[in-house]
Amino acid sequence: MEPLLEVRHLKKYFHTGYGTLHAVDDVSFRIPKGSTLGLVGESGCGKTTTGRSILRLIEPTSGEVLFKGRKVLDATPSELRALRSEMQIIFQDPYSSLNPRMTVSQIIGEPLLIHRRARDKKELERKVRDLMEKVELADRLYGAYPHELDGGRRQRIGIARALSLHPQFIVCDEPVSALDVSVQAQILNLLKDLQEELGLTYLFITHDMSVVKHMSDTIAVMYLGQIVEMAPAEALFEKQLHPYTQALISAIPLLEPGGWKDEEVLKGELSSPIDPQPGCRFAPRCPMVKSQCTEQDPPFVESAKGRFSSCVRAKEMI
Amino acid sequence: MGEAQLSIRNLYVEYHTDEEVVHAVNGISLDLEQGESLGLVGETGAGKTTTALSILGLLPKPNGKVTSGSIFFEGKELSQIPEEEMRQIRGNRISMIFQDPMTSLNPIFPVGEQIAEALEIHFSLSKEQAAKRTAELLELVGIPRNRMGEYPHQFSGGMKQRVVIAMALACNPKLLLADEPTTALDVTIQAQVLRMIRDLKRRMRTTLILISHDLGVVAQICDTVAIMYAGKIMEYGKIEDVFHHPLHPYTEGLFASIPRLDRTQKRLSSIPGLIPDPSNLPSGCVFHPRCPYRMDVCNQIVPTTVEWEGRKVQCLKYQELS
Repeated sequence: MEPLLEVRHLKKYFHTGYGTLHAVDDVSFRIPKGSTLGLVGESGCGKTTTGRSILRLIEPTSGEVLFKGRKVLDATPSELRALRSEMQIIFQDPYSSLNPRMTVSQIIGEPLLIHRRARDKKELERKVRDLMEKVELADRLYGAYPHELDGGRRQRIGIARALSLHPQFIVCDEPVSALDVSVQAQILNLLKDLQEELGLTYLFITHDMSVVKHMSDTIAVMYLGQIVEMAPAEALFEKQLHPYTQALISAIPLLEPGGWKDEEVLKGELSSPIDPQPGCRFAPRCPMVKSQCTEQDPPFVESAKGRFSSCVRAKEMI
Repeated sequence: MGEAQLSIRNLYVEYHTDEEVVHAVNGISLDLEQGESLGLVGETGAGKTTTALSILGLLPKPNGKVTSGSIFFEGKELSQIPEEEMRQIRGNRISMIFQDPMTSLNPIFPVGEQIAEALEIHFSLSKEQAAKRTAELLELVGIPRNRMGEYPHQFSGGMKQRVVIAMALACNPKLLLADEPTTALDVTIQAQVLRMIRDLKRRMRTTLILISHDLGVVAQICDTVAIMYAGKIMEYGKIEDVFHHPLHPYTEGLFASIPRLDRTQKRLSSIPGLIPDPSNLPSGCVFHPRCPYRMDVCNQIVPTTVEWEGRKVQCLKYQELS
């Protein structure tokens, strides 16, 4: 099946005073229509930069992004504008991503105005109210300001705004990490319901392993700018074919009291993404490291059916 | 059961602003024995941090006030002792790890000096003695002693939090309050720091109150857990009891709303509605507007704490059992 979105060899380098920072370094994946790809990793691994580069909110250094076969990175400003109505984003922080001087209805209605999707005031109002209903925002909040609302409701505004132009693809960038668990569950349910109802395709970015498992069909694990493992969600949690994924999953504080074993967890910390050395980026922390790991970049290959890993020892882990 | 080291009796804390009175803590009682570790769990605004700050006498002045109740530590009532004596206890007998390691260190002093400061004040150690002890403390939390002279910005987030922990442990506190100590950290770094806290707790037999919104973190560290909601303790008990058989509808809802790694769920069950406004709390049981088991009386009667088999719960469902 033709994927809705395909990303090929995406790179984003930032030039800093200390050298070149490889924020996203040769990332490739495809997302079939109506499904969710979860992008998971720790802070600084490049997941947000990947999401923003796809939408060209940041201009990537090189690579290719195909949306329904169209080349996003070659799009002219006017083509890009048209594309953006089909590709939207929900931001992490519902506090800073809403203009405090605009009312709920103005925020949700703004994309409709910019893209001239309403003939008159009446139609605009009707569309905004429909969107509010869709994200379960009470009608009485039509004229309210963001500061009057809690985090969960603010995130609903962000979702309504993203939906206003009927996009097919939405980048969800840590949409629930600023929320309490009981509210987080409400928003996750809403996102799933909307996906089913509207046939949406999501790139779901998060640092939370439980959330990514719950939301995704396929999960890609990022480490220092690269995808190290990609697999169907259920399969990934059953068995990991990369030592970093293994470490990530064993580090989760389980809900079972005393469920943690005493064995030592992953040692050390992320190395710098500035001018990285050749070889596997995870090698300095890897419990399974071999000499060949630091000699050349490991290829990202299909190690088992439908499962991709960049670990040279992936086959041993099956 | 021995004599409680820390005993909180019916504590009420309010914050007064020009427009309103915020009821942050509404009648909580807790007893901790020496060496016990308690997890204080709840969502934003549940009153967890306020509870910790009242123990230390660090409520923001003049807005925050303990309006009634008492806190006994090693037999002394903390609100009755003069500030001078409280200063001897704070940072010495009782210390605290704050949530954000980025803001709890002074950026213009080397980390070693910041740890040594507490030693010099409380134990009147000389500079040399303090430096020696500081080096030991840093090694205890897994930082090489030769990094003593470095400044906070030279450390990563996880290392900064280790420095903060070393500082809190400097005077061998009898009671350690840790307010979301790993919330700002990545999961693999969190695992390192949590294991360290668990090992230190076992070795030093320090009493620990761990404040967290993350039930998983509490499950790995604590012996007992108190679930807070709107400034009240809804449920208290041994960690296994509460995690395996939650009694209070809020606890039940909280567990059900967490996506699980060990099973597949199509939908999460969420708690409908929102956390109440602490300046305008619901009548009766504070949880009744969101409770799936709500009865007619729930908006009229404030549930008292029902106690049996070492467990405590505040819910009218269980009232007849007492």
